[in-house]
Amino acid sequence: MATVASTEPNETSGRTRSRSLGWPVAAISYLQATPLLLILGFFFILPILTIVVVSFWDYDFAGLYPDFLTMNYTDTLGSWVTWKTYLNTLKFTVLTWALTLVIGFWVAYFLAFHIRTTTMQMVLFLVCTVPFLTSNIIRMISWIPVLGRNGLVNSALIKLGVIPEPIEWLLYSDFAVVLALVHLNTLFMVTPIFNTLMRIDRSLIEAARDCGASGSQILWNVILPLAKPGMAIGSIFVVTLVMADFSTVQVMSGGQSASVALMMKNQMSLLQYPAAAANAVVLLVVVLLMVAAILRVVDIRKEL
Amino acid sequence: MTTETKTATPGKGISRRSLLKTGAAAVGAIAGSGAITGFPTIWAQNPITLRQFGTGVSNINAIAEKCKEDLGITLEMTATDSDAAAQRAVTQPDSYDIADIEYWIAKKVFPTGVMQPMDVSKIKYYDKIVPLFINGKLKPDSVVAQGTAPHTVGFVDAQDSKTFAKEPTQWMTLIPTIYNADTLGIRPDLVGREITTWADIMDPAFKGKTAILNIPSIGIMDAAMIMEAMGNIKYADKGNMTKDEIDQTIDFLIKAKQDGQFRAFWKSFDESVNLMASGEVVIQSMWSPAVAAVRSKGIACKYQPLKEGYRAWGGGLGLAAHLQGAQLDAAYEYINWYLSGWVGAYLNRQGYYSAAMETAKAHMSEDEWGFWVEGKPAKGDILSPEGKVMEKAGAVRDGGSFEERMGKVACWNSVMDEDRYMVRRWNEFIAA
Repeated sequence: MATVASTEPNETSGRTRSRSLGWPVAAISYLQATPLLLILGFFFILPILTIVVVSFWDYDFAGLYPDFLTMNYTDTLGSWVTWKTYLNTLKFTVLTWALTLVIGFWVAYFLAFHIRTTTMQMVLFLVCTVPFLTSNIIRMISWIPVLGRNGLVNSALIKLGVIPEPIEWLLYSDFAVVLALVHLNTLFMVTPIFNTLMRIDRSLIEAARDCGASGSQILWNVILPLAKPGMAIGSIFVVTLVMADFSTVQVMSGGQSASVALMMKNQMSLLQYPAAAANAVVLLVVVLLMVAAILRVVDIRKEL
Repeated sequence: MTTETKTATPGKGISRRSLLKTGAAAVGAIAGSGAITGFPTIWAQNPITLRQFGTGVSNINAIAEKCKEDLGITLEMTATDSDAAAQRAVTQPDSYDIADIEYWIAKKVFPTGVMQPMDVSKIKYYDKIVPLFINGKLKPDSVVAQGTAPHTVGFVDAQDSKTFAKEPTQWMTLIPTIYNADTLGIRPDLVGREITTWADIMDPAFKGKTAILNIPSIGIMDAAMIMEAMGNIKYADKGNMTKDEIDQTIDFLIKAKQDGQFRAFWKSFDESVNLMASGEVVIQSMWSPAVAAVRSKGIACKYQPLKEGYRAWGGGLGLAAHLQGAQLDAAYEYINWYLSGWVGAYLNRQGYYSAAMETAKAHMSEDEWGFWVEGKPAKGDILSPEGKVMEKAGAVRDGGSFEERMGKVACWNSVMDEDRYMVRRWNEFIAA
């Protein structure tokens, strides 16, 4: 009896199996997810685990020694340099984020609502991407002859008689860093915001107008709330990119300013990999928290 | 022992493990290579490859080409930066035959036992090597400079010794290759006055127009030269500061930075060239090829000799511990060829100095020798080894002759006992 009883459910599940080409439904889902899992596991999870493991190791100039030390973390978190560098990086991030958000929104708004034909929209959008045909580094370095002591801006202003002598803070300053970061990252804001703005149902705007809303009221109460997912995605791009930047900060501040990634690069060039790994783990946690905060404010899945 | 089989099987890709597996074959090969040693001219028939890695001459392909041509020895060169070189020398001793490293790196590396000293009786031109590398004195009355002076790590007591000898012995650790004396570079058209001392970089008149290099181990030495020139401190040994001395130096730098004395901190060669050429800075730490690069743009730039003296650096070739038999002989032959003059002349023409000046002289024209080494005005245009005009006729080398420049070395690049502490404080300076 017992055997008969147990065969019954087996038969049912067997029937389900035959319906889905002899595989349990769950197995097929897992199988479909396997390639992604392998790729992410090999190229993403494994390296991050390695970094976490190495961050507990000991080191000297000659090599790394497997160990379990919290020294790298206490050194990193216990130093005022780290805190100051994080604050500095956060300052750059917040400034860049705010500026790219405002500029990116207006560019996207102009493209989405003021350009009538789709062809023209696409043409202008492509124009926005033209600077990306050259490398990041070149776009950044090209600011130097513009902003320098004897650069374009200063020599123009002096010739016009606006200023008696060159403005020093144009280059190798926080101003220069933020300027270059905004220049490099605004497109990452424009693209997702433009995308969400294009999906807004135009009849909503007409309805708002019919109800007597003014232009600014439409913008504030209709367009902005609907653009939030795009702004959130753009923000994630900008925040993660700026938090991890090292070359822009180094070049544009003339090495006078530090960023977290620059601190890591310094450690790596001195072969202090475990210290750099500990720093990377801390940075990862901070950036993940920031992304989580953005996602908490805006549900990006709602609009995707 | 087993790695020595590489003589019989030139080329890459043989791991230690696979060699251990074929231990029997290795024994045979050792016996074979032992037989070869009697015939130094064998290289052409049985090509020898020497793997050389490092920072200095390993960057110069012309030397590898000429070596192949003259000796039939193939040099496989790998260039790295100095920190990576130190690490590789210690951690992968089987991955190279010849280490091309700086003297301060040798101070870290040699005591770990991965290298073998050279028998000076086999070095044909040993007595031609500049005495700076033998006893630390360019001339008998010179003062020995601070820091990791090459002669302090240039010899060991015995073939199997890992501790450095105080006096020259029969066993030499490195054969000097490239060395030079560094100082501050200035824009003579923009400084508007005579620059005579390292302290001038801190002159309030140059506020926001100075730069120092952001490579901790070298930057700290430049800072030390400045500190001492200003009379702020007297170091027992600039090249090996105490924690207290490091603190004082860094605190001073932080204050100068916050007062806006510096325009920038450069990390790479081209950055220093651009800072100078664009007029962003008028006085800064600089390397001699960078000065030449600024001048080649038609912009006045001077490698200014200063009364406190120079900060010198130097590198050399050392042998890996595993070299034996035919390969060891080939390495000696390479080093003897190296000192025989052609390479020396090549390096001298680049504005560096060679270890055996006398042999190099024979490979240089009288005018070249006069300009680069004797400090005389050039009679004709001075060409780089690649044939580019470096200086026009009539030019005089900044700082003058070899003896004037290398004779006024105040300190050598070095590695400190408080290395890690120094780097941490240096990062604070950059973040401040």
